[in-house]
Amino acid sequence: MTSSADITITDVSLRYGSGTKTVLALDGISLDVKPNEFAVIVGPSGCGKSSLLYLIAGLEDLTGGQITVDGHSIQGPGPDRGMVFQSYTLFPWLTVAQNVEYGPRRRGLGEAERKTLVDHYLAEVGLATFRDHYPAQLSGGMKQRVAIARALANDPAVLLMDEPFGALDSQTRHTMQRLLLRVWDHSHKTVLFVTHDIEEAILLADRVFVMSGRPGQIRKVLTVDFPRPRVGDIVLDPAFIAMKREIMGLLRSDDDDDH
Amino acid sequence: MTDKSPLSAALVPYRPISTGLSVALGALVWALVLGGWMYLANGNHVPSMFLPDPGKVLATAGKLAMDGSLWDNTIASAQVVLIGFIASSVVAVPLGLYMGTYKAVQAALDPLVNFIRYLPVTSFVPLFILWIGIGLSERVAVIIFGTFFQQLVMIADAARSVPRDLVNAAYTLGTKRSTTVRHIVFPATLPAVLDILRVTVGWAWTYLVVAELVAAKSGLGYMSLKAMRGFQVDIIFLAIAMIGILGLITDQGFRLLRRVIAPWAA
Ligand SMILES: Nc1ncnc2c1ncn2[C@@H]1O[C@H](COP(=O)(O)OP(=O)(O)OP(=O)(O)O)[C@@H](O)[C@H]1O
Ligand SMILES: [Mg+2]
Repeated sequence: MTSSADITITDVSLRYGSGTKTVLALDGISLDVKPNEFAVIVGPSGCGKSSLLYLIAGLEDLTGGQITVDGHSIQGPGPDRGMVFQSYTLFPWLTVAQNVEYGPRRRGLGEAERKTLVDHYLAEVGLATFRDHYPAQLSGGMKQRVAIARALANDPAVLLMDEPFGALDSQTRHTMQRLLLRVWDHSHKTVLFVTHDIEEAILLADRVFVMSGRPGQIRKVLTVDFPRPRVGDIVLDPAFIAMKREIMGLLRSDDDDDH
Repeated sequence: MTDKSPLSAALVPYRPISTGLSVALGALVWALVLGGWMYLANGNHVPSMFLPDPGKVLATAGKLAMDGSLWDNTIASAQVVLIGFIASSVVAVPLGLYMGTYKAVQAALDPLVNFIRYLPVTSFVPLFILWIGIGLSERVAVIIFGTFFQQLVMIADAARSVPRDLVNAAYTLGTKRSTTVRHIVFPATLPAVLDILRVTVGWAWTYLVVAELVAAKSGLGYMSLKAMRGFQVDIIFLAIAMIGILGLITDQGFRLLRRVIAPWAA
């Protein structure tokens, strides 16, 4: 049912603004994400993680370099690249269920099919009983779960996630991580996931891309080959802790560069 | 936090109050205003030529309601406001949404609109009379001219303030850029647009009276003007009260409409 796609990012730079007030957010960044890979980006605040996702989604135009998804260079946004945003982006005028079926409706799916999708994904994110609520009636974490259900229900080949679990408590966060891994396992989507949480990065990723401070570049790529599912005490495994320490070191040495 | 008295609870910033208290406070202010009016009118503090007794105004209302002239004038005024306001809104809402969404439309219209917006409507009344003559269409033109440009600017502002990521999210879900206004900007701004319409319909009434004072043979403004010539201050008060009542009704109507068609924005 679902296709997967690879993402290639070659020497990409992005400059915001024009005239004298410009910000170079990305400066010659290159990375590849393989089909069906779960790739995680970590990096200091303001290093251009969101910017990179916006470029792949086609929501910003790159200043230099090239990005291809499934071999095609990006021509604006499209439903093949779903995105969960760092900010709350549910449509306030639609109920939870209507938000989730928004994408399928745009694709022209019939009512019965849409209902199946809504039921399935709302159950997955544990919000089936909130289907007729408006977003204003939900907590921050619940909004983000609906946003995830909305992105998944549209069945994109690439799923871009910008710190989607940042607002969640650790219990819900773990539930959502398991849900995401389950869906990823079933659907063979390519996932590019941004997080501040190093443990989350190692738990989820096939590979972790560590970025350096602004303007963003890739500092190091780490392959994570702990067997899946990564459950229970794995966070206490010495190899896990060693990797966590290495990433923390990479991020910290970046801090030091600034001073 | 342990306050028991409803009044001290009401003095907490932003805290909701009970319906009973809310109605009581509104009624209290009305009672004060009416009481002050009665006091001034009855105690011979102000000559009745300038300030009629509230009872006198009520009696006049009854009289003019019976002979039908009150209704004729009210309907004549409401008709002008309605036609002018709807004609203005029907163009201003979509155009304002496009203006706020597309920088090119804004760049094209902004300089002209902001020039016209600051011209007093009253200065155009002689011109409209010259062009259109004294009649329904002249008064409608005054109302359109008075409300349209204000509506346009306010609605464009509402469209501009739609969060960019809301639009971005819609794109990643398959919304075409060409349908952004219809699918995203319009529903996202609907509560704000209804509020803007509610506010500007009040202005339409103001311009109506201006138009009727200068050039009309019917309407509440005309009724007022005629009463002034005959020193019938009670009729002037009645006309003002009618406009207030109609304003109150339209205001409540828009609030109700907003609750019905935009229930998500409580
Ligand atoms: N629309 C914009 N206009 C101008 N500058 C921007 C814009 N968006 C981002 N920037 C700048 O680009 C840089 C990268 O921003 P970006 O949002 O991609 O960082 P980030 O890595 O996602 O940070 P965080 O972890 O805090 O979310 C920042 O310095 C920011 O100030
Ligand atoms: Mg970010």
